[in-house]
Formats: sequence, C-alpha cells, structure tokens
Amino acid sequence: MQRMRTEKMRSLTITLLLFVASLIAGETAIAQMKLNGAGATFPYVIYSKWFDLYSKKAGVEFNYQSIGSGGGIKQVTEGTVDFGASDAFLSEDQLKAIKDKQGTDIIHIPTVMGAVVISYNLPAAGKDLRISPDVLAGIYLGQITNWNDAKIAAINPGKSLPDQSIIVAHRSDGSGTTNIFTDYLVKVSKTWAVNIGKGTSVNWPVGLGGKGNEGVAGLIKQSEGALGYVELAYAVQNGLPYALLQNKEGNFVEATFDGVSAAASGAARNMPGDLRVMITDAPGKDSYPICGFTWLLISKNMKDKAKAKEIKEFLKWAMTDGQSYAKDLYYAPLPETVAKLCLKKIDLIETN
Amino acid sequence: MAHSASDIAAPVAQGSGGEAKMASPPGVFLRSQKRKSVNLGDTIFQSSTTFFAFLVFVLVFLMAYEMYRGSVPSIEKFGWSFLTREIWDPVQDEYGALVFIFGTVVSSIVALTFALPLSIGVAVFLSELAPGWIEKPMSFLIELLAAIPSIVYGLWGVFVLVPWLRVSVEPVLSRNLKFLPFFTGPSYGFGMLAAGIILAIMVLPIITSISRDVLKAIPTAQREAALALGATRWETTRIVLSDAKSGLLGATLLGLGRAVGETMAVTMVIGNRPEISASLLAPGYTMASVIANEFTEATSDMYVSSLIEIALILFVLTVLLNAAARLIVWSVTKKFKNA
Amino acid sequence: MKLGYSTYHYWRKSKSAITTTLCVLSALVAVVPLFLIFFYSLSQGIGSLNLNFFIKMPTPVGESGGGMANAIVGTGILIGLGSLLGLPVSIMTGIYLAEHKHGSFASIVRFLTDVLSGIPSIVVGVVAYIIVVLPMKHFSALAGGVALGILMIPTATRTTEEMMLLVPHTIREAALALGIPRWKVTLRVILPSALRGITTGILLALARAAGETAPLLFTALGNRFWSTDIGQPIAALSVFIYDYARAPFADWNRQAWAAAFVLIFLITIINVIFRFVTRGRYAGTGNGH
Repeated sequence: MQRMRTEKMRSLTITLLLFVASLIAGETAIAQMKLNGAGATFPYVIYSKWFDLYSKKAGVEFNYQSIGSGGGIKQVTEGTVDFGASDAFLSEDQLKAIKDKQGTDIIHIPTVMGAVVISYNLPAAGKDLRISPDVLAGIYLGQITNWNDAKIAAINPGKSLPDQSIIVAHRSDGSGTTNIFTDYLVKVSKTWAVNIGKGTSVNWPVGLGGKGNEGVAGLIKQSEGALGYVELAYAVQNGLPYALLQNKEGNFVEATFDGVSAAASGAARNMPGDLRVMITDAPGKDSYPICGFTWLLISKNMKDKAKAKEIKEFLKWAMTDGQSYAKDLYYAPLPETVAKLCLKKIDLIETN
Repeated sequence: MAHSASDIAAPVAQGSGGEAKMASPPGVFLRSQKRKSVNLGDTIFQSSTTFFAFLVFVLVFLMAYEMYRGSVPSIEKFGWSFLTREIWDPVQDEYGALVFIFGTVVSSIVALTFALPLSIGVAVFLSELAPGWIEKPMSFLIELLAAIPSIVYGLWGVFVLVPWLRVSVEPVLSRNLKFLPFFTGPSYGFGMLAAGIILAIMVLPIITSISRDVLKAIPTAQREAALALGATRWETTRIVLSDAKSGLLGATLLGLGRAVGETMAVTMVIGNRPEISASLLAPGYTMASVIANEFTEATSDMYVSSLIEIALILFVLTVLLNAAARLIVWSVTKKFKNA
Repeated sequence: MKLGYSTYHYWRKSKSAITTTLCVLSALVAVVPLFLIFFYSLSQGIGSLNLNFFIKMPTPVGESGGGMANAIVGTGILIGLGSLLGLPVSIMTGIYLAEHKHGSFASIVRFLTDVLSGIPSIVVGVVAYIIVVLPMKHFSALAGGVALGILMIPTATRTTEEMMLLVPHTIREAALALGIPRWKVTLRVILPSALRGITTGILLALARAAGETAPLLFTALGNRFWSTDIGQPIAALSVFIYDYARAPFADWNRQAWAAAFVLIFLITIINVIFRFVTRGRYAGTGNGH
C-alpha cells in the first residue's frame, strides 16, 4: 500500500518534470526570434498594433511592455531590454551613462507623432471646452480649483460650468507624455518654469497620480469632474472629450493630424542630425500646441547582431508600411522628410 | 554498553533531537556493523536537513545585506535626514522618505481603527458565543478572506469602493464634518480613506484568526469560575479578554505588519500623491506603493538607491513588528498551556 | 420572602445582551466584503469567462476578443519554478524543525521563518531584481520564480513542521522499537503519514503565490506573446489584472474581472480541500497560522 503510493508519486513527479522539460525544450527548438522592449505608453496603441501585425507578417516577436518612458530609459541604461521607447529624448548625461554602462551609443528613431490632449469628465460642459495656456497652468498649479472659475468661464461663453471641484490627474510614473506636457507649460507659464520645471517626473503641486497613459485615462473616465493630459488615442478610444487649446497665435485648435503636422513642419525643416527635437508651442495658425515625436531607442552597437538585424528590418517596415496605420489610430504619420532621415539613421545600426 | 528500556523510551517519546541510542541486538559483530550504517544514514539525513535549515537562516540575512548594499549611496548622501525630509524630487535628485512613512503609518492606523473592534468582536463571537456548526464555516470564510490576492482587492477597490466613496460617502463627510481637519478637501474617492478601508478588510482575517486562537487557548476553568460566581456572559468574556490582552496585542501587531507591507490594493486606490495632509479625503502615497510605481523607471543611481533604502525601511519595520508579535503570542499561548 | 432582581442586575444583563449582539453583528459585517467581492467579480467576469479567455492571446490595444492564454500558462510556469526552488528547502527545513522541537538553532530558524513570512512581497521582488535580473541583464521568468519561491518558503515550512508534529509519537516509538534507523523512521514512516496535510498545505502556498503581483512587476515583467522560456519575460494572470484594471478599455476591464474570478475560484477550491483533508484524523489543535 505504502509502496504503491510511493510508486504513483514517483511516476507522477517524473511525468511532471518531463512535461516541464519538454515545454522548455520545445521553446528553444522553435528558435523563433524574440526581442524584448519596454518604454513609453504614449505610442502603445500603435506599437501594440505594429508588433502584432509584424509578428504575423515576419514571424518575429517584439514583446513590448508599456511601463512609461522613464522605465524605457532606465531599462536601456541597465541593458535589460533589447530596445527602449520614450517620448522624452535622452539627455547628454543619460547618453553618457549608457555609453559607460553598456559601451554603446543610442540612436533615436522617431516613429510617429502624437498629440497630448487635455481630456475631461464633465457631462455638463459637453464637447469642445476651450482652455487657454493661463487656465491650464492655473489648474495644474492649483490656483484654479473649481470648474466655474471666472477664468474658465471667460473663454467659454455659452457653456454652463457647474460648481464642482476640478480633480486634476497627472502621471505617477516617469513619463515622456509628462515631458512633452511640462515642456509646453514651461514655455507658457513663468511661474511653472520657475517653481516646477520640466521632465519625465516633476513635483506636481496638485492632483492624483495615475500610472501610464492608461492610468490617467482611467482616472478621468471614472471620476466626474476630472481633468488630465493623455495622448489623443487614449482619449478617443475611450470616448473621452478633449479640449480645444489656444495656440501661440491665439487660435483655439482641436487636436487633429493637420494641427500636429503643422506643428511638425517647422521642426522638420530644422531637424537636428540626431533627430532629437521638441515641437511644443509651435508657431503657425493651425498648429496644435502640445504634441511631440516619440522615439525608439536603439543601441548602435548591439551585442547580439542577429537581433540588431531584426530591429533594422522592423524599423524599415515601420517607416514605410507602418506609417499607414497611424491615422486610424489617431497618431500623425511622420513628415516625408523626417521619414527619409530616419531610413538613413537606421542604416547606422551595426549588424556585423 | 547497557541499554535499558528507559534509555530508549524517554528521548524517543519526546521526539527531541540529537542521537538517540538505538536498541542494539545481541552479537558484537552485528552490533558494530549495524551501528555504522545507522550512523551514516542518520548523519547524512541530519546534515541535509540542517543544511536546508541553514539556507533559510542565510536567506534572511542575504536579503537584508543586499538591500543594505543597494541603499549605501542614498544613506551616504542623506544620512538619517532621509527619514525626516519631505521632498521627493526626481528632477533634482533629492529624496526623503517622510511622505511615504506618513502614508504607510496613517493608512495602517485608519485600517486598524476600523478592523480592530470588528476583529475582536468576531473573535469573541467565534470562541465564546458561536455554536460549533456556525463557528466552523465562519472561521473558514474568514480565512478565505485572508487568501484573496491583494490585486483582487485592488480591483474591487477601484471599481466599487472608490466610486461609492466619491459619490455617496465623502461628500456627506466633507459637508457635515468640515470643521474637522480630517475631512477637508475635495472628494476624489481615491485617497487615504479608501486605502484605510481596503486595508481594514485585508487585516481583519489575520487579527481575527489569531485572536480566536488566543482566546481558545485560555483554559475553560477561567470562564467556569467567573460564571460560578454569577458573572454575566459579557463579564466573563471581559475577564477572558483581559487574560488574553497580550495575545490580542500580538495579533494586532501581526495585522499591522501586513497592513504596512500591502502593496497592490493600496497602490490602486490611494491616489499616488507624495504629500502629507491631515485630511483623510486627500490622496497619499505609501512606501510599498512608491516602490511598485517607480522602481522600474528610476533613472538615476541615486533614485534607485533611495527606493531600495525605502524597501530597507519597510523590511526593518515589518521584521520588528513580526518579531514583537510572535514573541508576545508565543509567550501567551505558552503561559496558558502550562497553566 | 422572594428576592427580586435589582436594577443593577438588569443593567448587567442588558449590557451582556448588547455586547453579545454587537459581536454577532460584527461577525456578519466581517463576512460581507467576502461575499461582495466574490459575487461582484463573478457577475462582472462571467461575461468574459468564455472559451476565448482561456485559449486566445491578448489582442492589440482597443481590439476585443482577446484572452489570457499566455498569462494562464505563465502563472503555471512561475509557480512551477517557485516550487522547484522553494519547496525542497521548505520541506527539509520543516522536517528539521519537527525533529528538533527544542533545539536552539531550530528556535532561531523557526523565528526567522516567521520573520520571512512578514516581509512584504514587494521587498522580496526588489531583492530578486538585485540578485537575478541585474546579473542576468534581463527580466525573466526565472527571476519571478525566485521571488515566488522565497515567498512560498514560510508557509510551506510551517505546514510541513506542523503536520509532522501532528503524527502521534506512538507511531515513531513503534517504528524505532522495530529497529528501523532513525532517519528512515522520519522519511519513510512519519513523512508519508503527514504527506496528505503537507501536500494540501503546499497547495495553499502555491495558490497564494499565484495571486502575487508586486514581486513580478520587475522580475518577470510581462509578455504579450506566448512564451515558456524561463530566461525571458513571461506573462502572469495577476500582472494582467493589474494592467487591465488600470486601463480605460471596457473590454480589458471585463477580462480583468474574469481573471480575478479564476484566481478566487482556484483559491477557494484549494482552501476547501485543505479544510477537508486536515480535519478528521488531525482535527484542529487550535494552532495559529
């Protein structure tokens, strides 16, 4: 009786071990190319589409974890991922740190452009709420705390604004979206520039923190009276209204491809060689004031050359076929000139 | 060489460690052969189990060491002031843990305020009042509460608790109790109150089960004596409770230890705002939450080191709480086992 | 002469009645959240608890119809790894503690095991990141397995020790009296007797590990694709719940509830089994947890 039980247990254990071993063996036997990347949530909507399509087309799996631009930068610095993604380009210090730790330069490849919209949850206000730079800075500085504040009412005649606290939402994690947003605030508000500054993570005077673009969108969606900044795709996909922002010329513009492209057109002409540029508060009567590029961070000198080759192939696809998916997902495709520059940059990735 | 029956019976009956002398069969050559093989098997087995036990011993100290090593840059830069600084600024690379310590402490205190009376009530119910057919299933249900993963509590918190608080509870509180500093500010739903309530639900099973065990460990003689003197049910219970005082304290400390370390459920409802505020309606940030939110993206070395230092503080805090609790609970049950 | 009851007496009686009622009420209140969570997750998740959930892979953001097949397998692999790493240590240590009830080193180890049980899972995750992810230079299922293994050790050790101690000492005496070597007695007589309780106790530890999220956030990281490679990041049910719950997409929210229900269901079943197995012969001795 005892012996029988022991025999049974033994055979069960062996079976389990064999099963696990076969899973592991099977995995390596298939030898499918798998790459790991992490970073920005800003472009996650289109990246997840791209990687899904590309895996079906080319059989190469790009496992992308959207943990925020800060996370992307960190993991690239530590060398724990094959590529990173960020809407905040690396500073000289960060580039140097990566050079010291991983022994390689980083190439920034812009993939798409996106608009950072101010989304809100206020049924009484309906769509097309207007927000000026002063009002926006005031809200995020904690100076404007109620929806029926005179400053908001002044630029929204004809809208009935309720007596309700504004629930401000911002990012709790290191975010490229925050970087774009604060880059804009620094340009339009002296108080903000002096007291808070810009970056992927700042000392917010007020507000609730949400993790990732999805976290902030979730916060806005669930809290009546909430207001926050998210990438356009997240607002649209969740049926959240977003405001008309007053641009540099004084016009209230909606976040559309034309608005983003107008903002980018100036930048495209003066694109620096390393493709790192911010395009907030751009001149032009149709320019949308808060938008930016998002980049993939690729090691120039990857240790695994096979992976480098796969990345190059993917990037070429992204610059050509991939761009056609941008508009449907509410991102703006790269201007022609920029896409051409990217293709040249992609060639710099060393594959031998 | 004389082995008497008592030599065998006594150590074996206790099941204690060490080499119990085996009863050896007659015949010298047989005896020495058998003893050799017995000793070898025993030695191997003893060494193996001791080795693994030693591994556990090493593991705890290894964890403490690794965390200390990771915190060194932060400790060197900020010293003890790390515990008292309110700033948390990744842009300037200036860090301080005070906000998070505050958040952890306050959310745990709120949790205990809700949980403790309830737990004691349930424990008393289970050990003194409930008949067996109620007590067993109810104990099971309470234990099931303890087994539910933190993330599920968080999920429930975000979709059920927070909206309910934001719409039904907090407006009422802030309207009627505005004069108290604890209820000022807008009603986010997210915040210290939500975190406190969720933590209360999570620590209740722990405090309840241990308190119930402690109460059960108190000999029936105490109760019988009180009843014989004409005490009412409540008065008897009061006497039992005061006997169990330190055990209940131990249970509370264990619950507190769990509350302090809770991560996911709290992160999802506390609002993630590194700010100290007297109001329960305000969002906050705990030590565990900041690590969960910011660890993967701490870009500068000082940032990472500060986060590891916070993990170290959390580690030390929970170790102290647990050690104190175990010592107390152990002493109470021991006291009454020997009574 | 008939002695009446004084007012004070009635006051004492009613105080007793009030407090008794309060205790009963608190018992009811305490169990309410359990039912709330259980049935809420059932009602929310039942819509998503279809075949797709179990066999399909995650779809791109915003597209519905995806599932959590890779996460279910991922969780399985992670607890498998955790068991491989944590269970041998736990069982052997549990045996050591049961054999050395009064030893001083045993007391220290017992104490440290209790201390280990109180360490927050996020701290264990940080340690696993430092000792596995950084040297390996990437996130992996292995790192997640290490974290879960460490988390399993306290529960599994304590269960093993308690179950072994519950075996009546008469069995040990009888075996020793028959001349069986001491180590064989422990391994081949006592352990098998306690095995039922130990196994279900281990199942409890596994169930708990399956629900862990915090330590996986920076060890196993996550994977949108199917992966069984332990050297690569891997998906897990708990992490998916976290990601999907925070997202604004309704389809994802529903999937999160479905996953939550699966976890709760599993844990409930295992707890029921544990209760069933450890009553009877080894009826509760009132030992703490």
